Amino acid sequence: MASIVLKDLVKDYGKVEVLHHVAGQFEDGEFIVIVGPSGCGKSTLLRMIAGLETVSGGEIYIGDKMVNKLEPADRDIAMVFQNYALYPHMSVRQNMAYGLKLRKLPKEEINKRVEEAAEILEIKDYLDRKPRQLSGGQRQRVAMGRAIVRDPQVFLFDEPLSNLDAKLRVQMRLEIRKLQRRLGVTSIYVTHDQVEAMTLGDRLMVLNGGYVEQFGTPIELYDRPASVFVAGFIGSPAMNFMKAKINSGKIKLPNGTILNSNTQLSADITLGIRPEHVVADAKGALELEVEMFEQLGANTLVHGKLKDSDEPFVASMPGHVSEEPGTLMKFSIAPEALHMFDAKTGKRLEP
Amino acid sequence: MLDQVLNALLTVVIGVGVCVLYFWGANWVLDRLLGSDEQTSANDGLRTKIRPWIFLFPALFFLSLYLIYPVFATMWLSLNGASGENFVGLANFIWAIQDGNFLQSVYNNLLWLIIVPIGATVFGLIVAVMADRLWWGNIAKSLIFMPMAISFVGASVIWKFVYDYRSGESEQIGILNAIVNGLGMEPQVWLQIPFWNNVFLMVILIWIQTGFAMVILSAALRGIPEETLEAARIDGANDLQIFFSIMIPQIFGTIIVVWTTITIVVLKVFDIVLAMTNGQWDTQVLANLMFDWLTRGVDFGRSSTIALVIMIAVLPIMIWNIREVNKEEGTR
Repeated sequence: MASIVLKDLVKDYGKVEVLHHVAGQFEDGEFIVIVGPSGCGKSTLLRMIAGLETVSGGEIYIGDKMVNKLEPADRDIAMVFQNYALYPHMSVRQNMAYGLKLRKLPKEEINKRVEEAAEILEIKDYLDRKPRQLSGGQRQRVAMGRAIVRDPQVFLFDEPLSNLDAKLRVQMRLEIRKLQRRLGVTSIYVTHDQVEAMTLGDRLMVLNGGYVEQFGTPIELYDRPASVFVAGFIGSPAMNFMKAKINSGKIKLPNGTILNSNTQLSADITLGIRPEHVVADAKGALELEVEMFEQLGANTLVHGKLKDSDEPFVASMPGHVSEEPGTLMKFSIAPEALHMFDAKTGKRLEP
Repeated sequence: MLDQVLNALLTVVIGVGVCVLYFWGANWVLDRLLGSDEQTSANDGLRTKIRPWIFLFPALFFLSLYLIYPVFATMWLSLNGASGENFVGLANFIWAIQDGNFLQSVYNNLLWLIIVPIGATVFGLIVAVMADRLWWGNIAKSLIFMPMAISFVGASVIWKFVYDYRSGESEQIGILNAIVNGLGMEPQVWLQIPFWNNVFLMVILIWIQTGFAMVILSAALRGIPEETLEAARIDGANDLQIFFSIMIPQIFGTIIVVWTTITIVVLKVFDIVLAMTNGQWDTQVLANLMFDWLTRGVDFGRSSTIALVIMIAVLPIMIWNIREVNKEEGTR
């Protein structure tokens, strides 16, 4: 088990810098999720920690050892790849045992570890099959088994669930979480799926364009997003944004609506309101021209435009709601549920 | 000249025309006979059964005429004497296993069989692996592939110059002897050194076939998922271990295909030996021996016997090769 420290990490390909001074400290046994849209550098970051990509600048520590120059094999890590990366010519047992064999462990020890891992992952019946005879979910388990038997200090996951169907993905997500808790191994998990990120991570590192936008617990990210990007990325359905002006704490929307905030700021802002934070209220200040409803059963998404403007707005109402399209619905919103970001930089303005 | 061009064009037009006429016409006749009036499902079934045979017929006919019939004719000839008229039973085969030249050829063919496929496959594999790691790899690959475009006889002419020997005081123009001279050693008559002259001839075929092996293996190597190599690195494998226990097993099917394909080429080797030594100095091979008995010996019986021996040797490898190719393409 080990903690991981990233110090001022830079990656460039020639003149193009793809990771800009990434820093972070991951505690021993923590489950860290690196999340961001495709091309944000999250896989590159993971591969740098694994030792599959060179480090252009900065330092990586695993435990108290600087590992920049170490071969992947010497970093005491195990990695689960997106496409499983099982050796197609080896049986499940051989796949899991390969790394141990290379480390010259005694045969009985190898067998014991493989059997144990197979037990945990419920793949005992498939040990003598080839990967091509397995389903996607089973292959995923074998890939995890290969990581577990190594008993490494760190698990690295590179979008391991993206090739599975939706139902299996939810199931495997829970299993990975349970397994990590049980083994207590520090884990870094890369994904572009914010739901996966929120449910799995002890802490989330949100990457965008090679910059760390925010690093914190899922709830911190949800409650106090540090930027417009994080606010829009975390939470489903996504947060509503609109340009607004705030003057001594009074927020004026483009259509003239005035909302009260709990600050005394004056600035040009981007205002963020989560769909689930508005409350239907006949005396509410927000007026929405309804265009359509999405009935999800447990709740209903109301799509529309703010009155007298073209600003699209989504509200999430509990239970079943149905009104004629075109009706005007009124909502109120608590001042503390308003997120204010600098109109230019997109950074959060702290109330 | 113009006449010949026109003739060729005419032949092409007539050939294609006859083909079109046959396929279209036969199809039309079939539809006429079993179509329109009684649109029963039985008729439909019959038509679907007959149609493939109509389209296959020309190919099957010419295959039988030019391939199957000669095989049986050869078998019959091998049981006959020199003129192909008087039946002699197995006398030709008995002659063969006692003939020094024949045994020499079998021995040489075995040498070719072992050395050339292994040489070409191993070199091809090495080049395929290395070329991906060097910036000039692609240039090297094109150069190595080029001999594939040269005919065996052409290649032999080139290599004749490589091995050339001038006696007495005349200047050595063979590149090999030039090098040997330059190193201050005695020039050699390369093509007359026992045993090694065989190897020198094999080098020519390896030189030609390495390009083939390289291209096929290079494609196969690119088909290996990069992630399996990375997983192996994380598992702690070094470059050699990755090569032998992760890469080779994944392209093993392709290696077999390459190896058997070259083996078949080797079994038929003829032009190189004919052009370089014509089987002198113990370099005879079966195909050249057959040709020799046909043209100089004018013995249909013996040459047919040798031809049969070659065919019997090629068959099992051919079958294996086709199976592996099918497996590779996933048709099974």
